[in-house]
Amino acid sequence: MTYPTTFKYTKDHEWVEIAGDRGRIGITDYAQKQLGDVVYVDLPAVGTRLTQGQSFGTIESVKAVSELYSPVSGEVVEVNDALKSKPEQVNADPHGSWLIAVKLSNAGEAGGLLDSSRYADLVK
Amino acid sequence: MVEFGGWEMPVEYTGITQEHLAVRSAAGLFDVSHMGEIEIAGKDALAAVQSIFCNDAAALQPGDAQYSAILTDQGTFVDDVVVYRLRGDHFLVVVNAANVIKDYNWIAERLAAFGDAVAMDASSRYALLAVQGPAAQGIVQPLTGVELASLKHYSFAHGEIANVLGTISRTGYTGEDGFEIFVPPKQADRVWQAILASGQPAGLIPCGLGARDTLRLEAGMRLYGSDIDETTTALEAGLGWIVAGPRRAQMAAGLTRKLVGFELTDPGIARHGYDVYVDGVAAGKVTSGTQTPTIRKSIGMAYLPIAKTGAGSEFEIDIRGRRARARVVPLPFYTRAK
Repeated sequence: MTYPTTFKYTKDHEWVEIAGDRGRIGITDYAQKQLGDVVYVDLPAVGTRLTQGQSFGTIESVKAVSELYSPVSGEVVEVNDALKSKPEQVNADPHGSWLIAVKLSNAGEAGGLLDSSRYADLVK
Repeated sequence: MVEFGGWEMPVEYTGITQEHLAVRSAAGLFDVSHMGEIEIAGKDALAAVQSIFCNDAAALQPGDAQYSAILTDQGTFVDDVVVYRLRGDHFLVVVNAANVIKDYNWIAERLAAFGDAVAMDASSRYALLAVQGPAAQGIVQPLTGVELASLKHYSFAHGEIANVLGTISRTGYTGEDGFEIFVPPKQADRVWQAILASGQPAGLIPCGLGARDTLRLEAGMRLYGSDIDETTTALEAGLGWIVAGPRRAQMAAGLTRKLVGFELTDPGIARHGYDVYVDGVAAGKVTSGTQTPTIRKSIGMAYLPIAKTGAGSEFEIDIRGRRARARVVPLPFYTRAK
């Protein structure tokens, strides 16, 4: 799987797709492969304020539970509730399955994240 | 790959859910060579086995196997095992990988009291392959002269399989029909490949430790080190049926807690070690828990105070700081159609 060049990535294997002052956040293909079959996603409520690197929820597979860390600071404005009943979507389409959308409070932060080629090197 | 009882083992080959469902609907192939084998032989072997293990070994004819355990004087588990009666005076005991040395020492210390009986750790002489699932018999039969249709549950026979001399036992740890096949380690790969080839058209796939754990948990089977250990008694674990003779009644006195099956009614997965709360008070721990692939519910086992172990009893589990509601349900969670 290739890593979209329009996304930014963290070393903790989250991605963020930024459009204007909004960012959609998900986990990478590498992360879903490591987790195996995802069976449960625990996400924050709309309105939750996150700072960069803060845990915003958990994702569980049959094998393990893993914390989710926000790549950016901001307020949660949308939660992908469809994943509650179909968490396996994260395995099927990790880069299309956003978990939350945030309204960015510090647009400059994204500059410190990894681009797709550096992330791809990291997980090679 | 993970370290397990001193062995490097795969958690999964193609994915836990896929492997789990293959075993429920067709068949799966497991390499469980990590399991230990201890042989006990001699004129007085039966008396020794009868004394050291808690189930009634005298009920076994040569060719029969039996779920049993080594219990401490307090009735807690040194190990849970399967005892095979190879001949009148020769037993093979399959033990958990992590317990081989502990069990061997335990047995060897107690054998001295029984004139003619010796024990040998034969673990390195056996590879163990498990073919599990409704299609198992159809997959294994073309590879062996042993007539599998006449092999009853918990019995075994010696014979050739894929031109290798071994022992085929109708046992398993998945809640499905199936076989566990003992072969010399040097020939294990040949047998593995032959079973894979024979099973492929029927949908057999290789399965790892992850599916082994979800399958056994659905079937309500206890896992040593998680659900049972040296702090839990056979009766607390709901395994009184493997304790023969007057000992069971003695152990029943003073029972204060029991292992139950539960379903989470809130979202999440309750995992091993999570705290259990009854009426808001810490009351025990989850011993096993997973999201079950077959029925897609979050299930597990936990020790609860005996007054709260009835089906339908409600309690809470602390899932990393969040209290999730759970309800006692009868074990097993899954029973195969017969």
